[in-house]
Amino acid sequence: MGYTLNFNLIWRHFDKLWGGLLLSLELAVISIAIGIVIGLVLAVWYVSAGRVVRSIIAAYVEFIRNVPLILLVYLVFYGLPTVVDIAYSAPTSFVATLSLYSGAYLVEVFRSGLEAVPRGQLDAGKAIGLTPWQRLIHVRLPTMLRITLPALSNTFLSLFKDTSVASVISVPELTYGAQWINFNTFRIVEVYLVTTAMYLLTGYVLLFALRLVERRFRAAR
Amino acid sequence: MSDASNAALLDVRDVSKAFGTVEVLRAVSLEVKRGEVVTIIGPSGSGKTTLLRCVNFLESYDSGSIRIDGKEVGYRDAGTRQHRSERDLAAMRAETGMVFQSFNLFPHLTAAGNIMLGLRKVRGKSEAEARQIAEHWLGRVGLAHKADSLPAELSGGQQQRVGIARAVAMEPKILLLDEITSALDPELVGEVLAVVRSLAEDGMTMLMVTHEMAFARDASSRIVFMADGGVSAVGPPAEILAAEASNERLRSFLARFRASHF
Repeated sequence: MGYTLNFNLIWRHFDKLWGGLLLSLELAVISIAIGIVIGLVLAVWYVSAGRVVRSIIAAYVEFIRNVPLILLVYLVFYGLPTVVDIAYSAPTSFVATLSLYSGAYLVEVFRSGLEAVPRGQLDAGKAIGLTPWQRLIHVRLPTMLRITLPALSNTFLSLFKDTSVASVISVPELTYGAQWINFNTFRIVEVYLVTTAMYLLTGYVLLFALRLVERRFRAAR
Repeated sequence: MSDASNAALLDVRDVSKAFGTVEVLRAVSLEVKRGEVVTIIGPSGSGKTTLLRCVNFLESYDSGSIRIDGKEVGYRDAGTRQHRSERDLAAMRAETGMVFQSFNLFPHLTAAGNIMLGLRKVRGKSEAEARQIAEHWLGRVGLAHKADSLPAELSGGQQQRVGIARAVAMEPKILLLDEITSALDPELVGEVLAVVRSLAEDGMTMLMVTHEMAFARDASSRIVFMADGGVSAVGPPAEILAAEASNERLRSFLARFRASHF
């Protein structure tokens, strides 16, 4: 092969990648935070609700799970503002999309977690006279959280990778930064090698940190 | 209502319950007086556990009434079959303590934390006061040194003793014990029964489902023999054992029991 690797141009524009990585992390963190709230509220609602509410929540989950993320991003960023009179920046639009997206997956995670809490524990909570709300807060949720923590970590990791989709609406995250460098320097192999390494490394660090949290949580009182 | 000291603390009257077409309780009546230890024995599937779970309304019942201190447990008074509100039910349940076959400790809380939860949230005690009560009861069950251990760090017998401490720390009017030694290794049964015995000596009112026949004989004021969802015989231990001659079901239950346990 006559191709010689030359990383000089990549390093010259490295701020685009570094800034992009930080934005990717920010998008992922904000989205999962909102997604956790959506997921928790809907999961708790689901397990205690009647048929109608259940079908509505299930419809939301099924819709999100069966539509590609990139399409949802287009729908919210280009589609929604033409129908409804709202305006938002691309990052805001993306965070909203990714929050709804992760929320749908987390409803499922939390719902099965809530149902996996042994009935005996709930009986014990009833037997000492806790109200339904107290049983939820002090018995069901803590156990559910321990059960779902690994799934939560995995969701966060894949969400971090999903932030790359934001590049299609010009949010300057990591993949967008890589594209920009590629278009301006044509060092396609080099830039995507570096970008891949950055995703990989960040993913590993995150995974390591989250596993530490999980272990701490499991041993904690 | 409970003016006479010998009035029943727990009054179960004609309670029936069916799961679908299966009748698990057929017009069961039984009384437990203050300070009594009443033991329910009987073959599996005879409705013992279901009856016990009706007393604190972990199970609903289809007809009949269950009263504690004159107060209907799960349904509003005045003859309606309307369930109490969840808030009401919680308050009623706080008056009964329950110890479970599978311990059912809260896994994320320490031994002391398990006991303190109800004291804090239901009884409204301060952290310090709840802690003090928890430590007192852990001492009573011989686990003062395990206050800060998680359930996963305790043996089955220790977990069950925490379970007992959790129930009695709430100062219930009556303690319900549901086969509390059935999930334990044989060598751990003794330590748990010793705790129950000492509670009985303190005058704690108890309704207990058990397969520990020797314990039932020694520690009970009365034994209730249940079969096929009904009460087949009731009486002081000596009387029940004597009734074996005339009660076919009791005889076959005890015979099977002896065959498997001795």
